[in-house]
Amino acid sequence: MKAVAGLTKKRKKFSVPLDYKHGVIDLSHGSGGRAMSQLIEEVFAESFDNEWLAQKNDQACFSIKSGRMVMTTDAYVISPLFFPGGNIGSLAVHGTINDIAMAGAKPLYLSASFILEEGFPLNDLQKIVKSMASSAKESNVSIITGDTKVVERGKGDGIFITTSGVGIVPVGVHLSGNQAKAGDHVLVSGYMGDHGIAILAHRANLEFETTIISDSAPLHHMVASMIEQVPSIRCLRDPTRGGLATVLNEWAEQSDVGFYIEESKVPIRVEVRSACELLGLDAMYIANEGKLVAICPAKDSNLLLGIMREHPLGKNAAIIGEVIADSYNLVQLKTNLGGMRIMDQLTGEQLPRIC
Amino acid sequence: MKYITDFRDNSIARSLASAIEQEADPKRHYKLMEFCGGHTHSIHRYGLPNLLPKNIEMVHGPGCPVCILPIAKINQAIALAQIPNIIFCSYGDMLRVPGSNKMTLLKAKAAGADVKIVYSVDNALQLAQNHPNKKIIFFAIGFETTTPPTACALIKANQLNLRNFFIFCNHVLTPPALEALLQQEKGSVGLDGFIGPAHVSIIIGSRSYELIGQKYQKPIVISGFEPLDLLHSILLLVKQLNENDCKVENQYTRAVNSAGNQKSQQIMQETLEIRPLFEWRGLGAIPYSALKINKQYERFDAEKNFVIPETAGHEHKGCECANVLRGAKKPTECKLFAKVCTPENPLGSCMVSSEGACSAVYSYGRLRN
Repeated sequence: MKAVAGLTKKRKKFSVPLDYKHGVIDLSHGSGGRAMSQLIEEVFAESFDNEWLAQKNDQACFSIKSGRMVMTTDAYVISPLFFPGGNIGSLAVHGTINDIAMAGAKPLYLSASFILEEGFPLNDLQKIVKSMASSAKESNVSIITGDTKVVERGKGDGIFITTSGVGIVPVGVHLSGNQAKAGDHVLVSGYMGDHGIAILAHRANLEFETTIISDSAPLHHMVASMIEQVPSIRCLRDPTRGGLATVLNEWAEQSDVGFYIEESKVPIRVEVRSACELLGLDAMYIANEGKLVAICPAKDSNLLLGIMREHPLGKNAAIIGEVIADSYNLVQLKTNLGGMRIMDQLTGEQLPRIC
Repeated sequence: MKYITDFRDNSIARSLASAIEQEADPKRHYKLMEFCGGHTHSIHRYGLPNLLPKNIEMVHGPGCPVCILPIAKINQAIALAQIPNIIFCSYGDMLRVPGSNKMTLLKAKAAGADVKIVYSVDNALQLAQNHPNKKIIFFAIGFETTTPPTACALIKANQLNLRNFFIFCNHVLTPPALEALLQQEKGSVGLDGFIGPAHVSIIIGSRSYELIGQKYQKPIVISGFEPLDLLHSILLLVKQLNENDCKVENQYTRAVNSAGNQKSQQIMQETLEIRPLFEWRGLGAIPYSALKINKQYERFDAEKNFVIPETAGHEHKGCECANVLRGAKKPTECKLFAKVCTPENPLGSCMVSSEGACSAVYSYGRLRN
């Protein structure tokens, strides 16, 4: 039989627009059919808007200059999804950009994969995606490929996002956690613990009033000027989960050294200190999303400090201590009181104290 | 916050440390016990041991609510958590304490039991209201500090006429434990004096220790949790010992008075009664040392409303928790310490809670010269 030619006019692609006011994700949004196409086109492609997504392929092809590349991936499963200073979307973009930046690299492209739970409000999804798009734009990176899956109600926590990213490492830059040497100085780019406390303060059943907002921010611009002007930097890392203490313990082991840190020099906001007092937590272990820790030779540390302080994201930077020779790889802390103790790795999650 | 930083002032700390150095008689040894886990934690967190002269030795006491619960009680909690249709609510620290066969509430949770970490009994009360079709059991532990909130919850549950809220009551009392410790010790540990509890004393008042202090001729200084509080209290203890005194002194005057918090005492009396005997890890069975829910409130008592198996708990053979809790051994004197017993794989309860002596020494104190 011959195909019927000439339906009256070109059919409208999707007869009913997505209902952002009351609509929710249902299983059809992950089925591979028309509902999924509509979600992808109207929510994701619309916001992320770039030449690669416009080609509608299952992958994105791009050219690169020769040299070393960096690749990273991170999954974001947080509660609450929206918090003062950001949401899971901006966090998913900043977090992956920062992982690339900590290699001294310039981030270029991201992928984003979404696991959505049946019943998740379209309005929230749109907010999250828009915030990802604007975070990516501000950071000069493009989200060029992605994936969406829908799971049944009760099998997810609203939304999980995984972002992967690639970037280019400038010639001659080689940062790694195994390069710390005794005598080097340790710097942080600002106040520790803001993100973790902002999130905790808004968790159900732990609500307390605070003005602290998350520090979630992309650090690659600051890193670019740091490595350009102080090429001797040996290690960079963003102290996310587990905080400053965890980064130092990881480096101690990687580089087979120890650390001597002065508590009084670590910048921590009064509000964060107070919240930690209240909950029985230690700010040294609280997550950050827009801060970095750096190690460089002692002779360059003041120069590096000056460069970090010139950047808005590093204006409260500080030199907090030094690398020492220690075959036990301990992180030692000189307390405000003048006592000494070690700052060990956490066992599990930090738990609020009982009494 | 300023109020707190004042009690962590570096220059005052140094002058207190030198006052202690001057006061301490170089010809004698001072063995002082901090009863409370909170004090143990502070001492190590602020690095106080290396601010003190060598002849002042701080030993840890039994005042860590997680540490003193015997294995049998952990087994019972796990059994309760595994009953279908239960939401079992606990403070976070309790989840990792091993019961028999290394079983923990955390493992029970992974195997399907509905175990929730709560920050106070209020969270559990809220869950009971939000989930009328579930039964909520709150694992109540702790000394007199955490007892008044439990009493409040009982009164509130009664007012709300809740039918699905239960408490597994394991609250313990400080003065009987202190007395049992001194009775058992009979000089073998050689304790000279005590840093008395901070928050507990807010509730029960400083006069609660007077009889014990006199009977056993030991000075007791009630101390706040801040590092300056502790240094000041150590100075007061050393002075008393040098003068052969055995008074109950109150350093924590900004929070503690002689009679304690009357309102808290009243609601505890209204809802709870003293158990004739309670088993403590380390100290054994101590008469009149714990609380249970009284007859009037027994419809909220998990022990009355569920079948709780009587289990025997056996400590790990090499574990010295019992001796550590009595001040008879230091964590570092345990063969298992930092070798097979670590915060990741705790064999004894003192390694689990951040207030536990072993955990504090492991986390803060493994400094090598």
